[in-house]
Amino acid sequence: MSQAPAVYLDHASGQPLHPAAREVLEQATGRAYADPRRLHRPAREARLLLDNARAVVAECLGVRPDEVTFTPSGTHAVHLGVLGLLAGRARQGNLLLASSVEHSAVLHAGAWHAARSGRFETVPVDRHGRVSPAAVTAAVARHGEPAVVAVQAANHEVGVLQPVNEVAALVEVPVFVDACASAGRLPLPSGWAAAAASAHKWGGPAGVGVLLVRRSARWRNPFPGDERADERTIGFENVPGALAAAAALRASIEEHDRAPHKLAEVHTSLTSLLADAVESIPDTEVFLAPDGRLPHIVAFSCLYVDGEALVTELDRLGFAVASGSACTASSLEPSHVLTAMGALTHGNVRVSLGRDTLPAHVHRLAEVLPDVVERLRAETGVPR
Amino acid sequence: MTDPVDHLELDCRGLLCPRPIIELAKAIVDVAVGGTVAVVADDPAARVDVQAWCRMRGQEYAGSQVTAAGVPTYLVRRVN
Repeated sequence: MSQAPAVYLDHASGQPLHPAAREVLEQATGRAYADPRRLHRPAREARLLLDNARAVVAECLGVRPDEVTFTPSGTHAVHLGVLGLLAGRARQGNLLLASSVEHSAVLHAGAWHAARSGRFETVPVDRHGRVSPAAVTAAVARHGEPAVVAVQAANHEVGVLQPVNEVAALVEVPVFVDACASAGRLPLPSGWAAAAASAHKWGGPAGVGVLLVRRSARWRNPFPGDERADERTIGFENVPGALAAAAALRASIEEHDRAPHKLAEVHTSLTSLLADAVESIPDTEVFLAPDGRLPHIVAFSCLYVDGEALVTELDRLGFAVASGSACTASSLEPSHVLTAMGALTHGNVRVSLGRDTLPAHVHRLAEVLPDVVERLRAETGVPR
Repeated sequence: MTDPVDHLELDCRGLLCPRPIIELAKAIVDVAVGGTVAVVADDPAARVDVQAWCRMRGQEYAGSQVTAAGVPTYLVRRVN
């Protein structure tokens, strides 16, 4: 039996390669192979292309080219950003304060820091998953003046935007911003000292992260380091990957903001439509934060339904979605994001749209979801 | 149908979410309004999900304790 091609609705995990990136990747792979640190002509070519990629990314993100470092992954950019700011502040203090809904890359960096005699504390969030400036003030009162504060630009599981500008204005210490979930879709917030992004989340290739460090920031390499074209990162430069990432970033930003079919507006309306459909299913919670959210993400949880069963059934029907429920994770722990929000952690689904998502796909999902949830609930024997 | 009781204890040890919540939803109708259900559950998701269930279903979460054997127990009071 042949299956219909899956409707891919997990763009927040990874985007298909943008056509603009595919073209650049093919061309650059043949041209940018040499070591950009050498003096010969192929090396100068590789160096030129790497600098081009850096310039494009800087322009797209509104920073200076010398503030941009390409890393082997978004996770590595996060680790370098968080730990590098902490290393730069070692004489002032060792407390890392982060929102409790940061990506696990930030939490792992915090745990690593704590295992090396540093301190790591988290700031609680509200029901929407948003950290408030007041909560940051309370955390500072409880734990003392932090050396570094980490706040994501937007949450990767529920899409809520965080008040980075307000927090940065409040704390007067270096702020690290994980912008992996929003870069390429929304402009960066302001007030940060270091930030990180990940190319495969905006349609670039996997294996390309971006670390941004402000010129004014005191940053020290927390790792052994290397002797590359850019002293902040390690390993042989992935020049074709960086170029493809830059092309995809430029294209993504244009598509999200270009009239008359601004992708951000199309996605906002489609995720709102899906949220309304889910709201009409009894005993469900939809996580669609008011006052600022990512346009392309909508997450929800359904009482009495097993998250794995929900994802499997939707996959059978041709929809590829993600889940934050414990049964779909590698551990038994439920999503730390949903837990911090006090939200229902089982029966969870995250739907995330991309440039190739058709309205008909979302309409169809909105149509089938009530039946799928009802069918799975019927098996539980819960009185209705 | 048996008469409603004042208190029920559900042994949900070894059950993964959503099973403890499903058992809670089935049992709540067996206690009188004002009565309580104690959910003994070692799945870490139960800590969050029992409270979420109370919020979503309009019942009262009455706190948690730990059994002599160290298993968390979540207390729910039926209010409707």
